[in-house]
Amino acid sequence: MYGWIWRHLPGNNAVKFGCVMLIIAALIYVLFVYFFPWLDPRLPFNRVTVDEAEALS
Amino acid sequence: MAVARNLVRGLGEVLITLGVLVLLFAVYQLVYTNVQANRAAAAVGDRLEDQWAADPNPVKDSFAGIQTGDGFAFLHVPRLGATWRKPIVQGVAPDQLARGVGHYPDSAMPGKVGNFAVAGHRATHGEPFRDLNRLRTGDAVVVETKANWYVYEIDNDGEIVLPSEIGVVLPVPNKPGVEPTERLVTLTTCDPRWGSTHRLIFWGHLESVQPKSEGRPAALGG
Repeated sequence: MYGWIWRHLPGNNAVKFGCVMLIIAALIYVLFVYFFPWLDPRLPFNRVTVDEAEALS
Repeated sequence: MAVARNLVRGLGEVLITLGVLVLLFAVYQLVYTNVQANRAAAAVGDRLEDQWAADPNPVKDSFAGIQTGDGFAFLHVPRLGATWRKPIVQGVAPDQLARGVGHYPDSAMPGKVGNFAVAGHRATHGEPFRDLNRLRTGDAVVVETKANWYVYEIDNDGEIVLPSEIGVVLPVPNKPGVEPTERLVTLTTCDPRWGSTHRLIFWGHLESVQPKSEGRPAALGG
């Protein structure tokens, strides 16, 4: 999977490395700003209220 | 042969990727949410103090028109730290709990007859109630509003209940349908700290009300 991606990135190794850094930065941004905040309340940690709905989760 | 090797390698890469994602999520929980929540709580607190400073009637509390997410008071718990002070926001949904201590919207307002019930995170998202388990009977819990200090005194050493026990935040705790006569406070958080199988509950009663014009209450070193 990663080998396939690496081979299909443009440019020489230095350029590929730069692309990888950009891709990783973008992924981390999407994870921390969109995906993880979405995921967080759906997991059974960090629940601090008493709630009838809590009984079902 | 080559196909099998590539499959195994691909599977290995997927598993390592998932592991890295889990690790990143742990970093998100343990670092990022705390940074975000502390920043958000500071903003809520600053805005509230600005509102109070600009209020034409500084000596009478009014809780009319408070919307979900609005900060309306500060919580002081000396047992958690001499300078421990967190904004209280209306509502206990994740969005509100990420900006301060949340107020159960169906529960009473500070100083009123009934039960002023609040919830706070114990781990992540600013973890205001990280050390709540240190509270003991007799400890002071002070609610600071625009006009007053409401000094409550804790009445128990921490009760562990199931998350479904909504009776703990009733106007008369665990007595549905009974009309309240006392002015109570309830604090809820999760138990154990890194799990949410149960809730940690503290109750208290109003001891005194001191107008802000008279300075800080004794419970806060006044």
